[in-house]
Amino acid sequence: MSDVYIVGAGIHPFGRTPGRSGMQQGVFAVRQALQRAGLEWTDINFAFGGSDSAGNADTMVSELGLTGLPFINVANGCATGGSAMYGAYNAIASGASDLGIAVGFDKHPRGSFSPLPADWGLPDWYGETGMMLTTQFFAMKIQRYMSLHGILPETLGAVAEKAFANGVLTDHAWRREAVDAETIMNSQMVSDPLTKFMFCSPGEGAVALILASEKKVRELGLPSVRLRGVAVRTRPPGSFEVFSPAIDIKRGGSPTTIASQAAYEMAGVGPEDIDIAQLQDTEVGAEIMHMAENGFCADGDQTAWIAEGRTRIDGALPVNTDGGCLACGEPIGASGLRQVYENYMQLTGQAGARQAPGKLRLGYSHVYGAPGISAVAIVEA
Amino acid sequence: MQQHLETPAPAIADDLLEWTGGELRLVASRERAGGRIVFPPRAIDDDRFDCVLLGTHGKLWSWTIQRFRPKSPPYAGPDAFEPYAVGYVELAGELVIEARLTGIDFAELRIGMALRLVPLPFTLASGVDRTTFAFTPVEGDVA
Repeated sequence: MSDVYIVGAGIHPFGRTPGRSGMQQGVFAVRQALQRAGLEWTDINFAFGGSDSAGNADTMVSELGLTGLPFINVANGCATGGSAMYGAYNAIASGASDLGIAVGFDKHPRGSFSPLPADWGLPDWYGETGMMLTTQFFAMKIQRYMSLHGILPETLGAVAEKAFANGVLTDHAWRREAVDAETIMNSQMVSDPLTKFMFCSPGEGAVALILASEKKVRELGLPSVRLRGVAVRTRPPGSFEVFSPAIDIKRGGSPTTIASQAAYEMAGVGPEDIDIAQLQDTEVGAEIMHMAENGFCADGDQTAWIAEGRTRIDGALPVNTDGGCLACGEPIGASGLRQVYENYMQLTGQAGARQAPGKLRLGYSHVYGAPGISAVAIVEA
Repeated sequence: MQQHLETPAPAIADDLLEWTGGELRLVASRERAGGRIVFPPRAIDDDRFDCVLLGTHGKLWSWTIQRFRPKSPPYAGPDAFEPYAVGYVELAGELVIEARLTGIDFAELRIGMALRLVPLPFTLASGVDRTTFAFTPVEGDVA
């Protein structure tokens, strides 16, 4: 078993790029990662990549070079990027390879996602009668959570305000204008209790990460972070997931709680050791609930945490330092890798205007998606 | 027995709704091993499950308002759109089911309020009428 390192990272700015396909954005990200690391595509031994709606990742070899490398396409919904990295991690950890790439990209049409019931094993009536919307699920999950744990709308507003403030500082972000909490709370109600500014939007973008073995990282001498824990988990019994016509009366954990525990165990660290976190924030409620599901605070403590600014860039545990999905949008295939990209940039001191202060040792990233899947990665400087 | 003056439109799907003694019931499945109840019901020929009818009364577990017209497909409702309420309803001892909520002011929605199952007329974009299910407040309930 080899330790696995991230030795390079590239990103295509998130948002809308008319005239450039999702896959071209993926190629852009790969080329940038290679260039920053001083590597050539011919140096890369394998790739894992995927998109949700922008085509087959392995087609990128037409642009990048016909080196004959194995290129595995990953299609794992919102966890596509996380799963690509999981594949790349294992290819190196096993000793099978020394240097590989995980890449994710996407380009979604405007507006909400429009899933088809049959793709998710559900009957048509569920979609026909207007219940198959990710926005409804997120709204109902936070609605219940607020009632159980005393979270107030002001806390929802503060999370979005922080996201947009961080986006202002982030060159790859889509939304780069500050929005104050009052405007956020008074914006159009989309799905109660969540307003327009509390949701992220499907968008475009691409991220590529170069992973290397311990031997290779010594040889290359590049700024690197070590992947201490990588876990992908599907849902346990009794969880509450997107696209659920019914849920069990006996409540249980979530794919996030079990992926999180697995990653902590693998890394031999706990939430109290983490210096910076990127948590799935498809809407503000998700960030709030994921703070607890990933072990950073108890249910209900988010009110105090957020009021005290503990999750701001200069706080005790900066969360979503690049503005997260709220400021960057959600190109599904790229989104999970963006989180790891951000931790790599922060831990190697390359995050520019949004650089979190102090010594950052451990970075945590978490992505969640339908039909109940989570991927967690813990990296160490 | 309750009499219906008008025959309801056909159900929006087979094996979903059942009329028992004039009362609407939802069809679900109970796993023979372990007794777990699942909804939507499993295929009728899946011999790991028995067919069961769910209870008609429950409590609101969570809710939201759908304030924009969902994309079509999958949404099959008319082009003209009015916001509607959606919730999860806890059916004691069975499961927590997602449903449209009907016959209530949005401002009155409260987690824990008592609800009962009712048929909901649903007009497809094609103009064809169907019947689906919804929950509505139990009269006189103080949540």
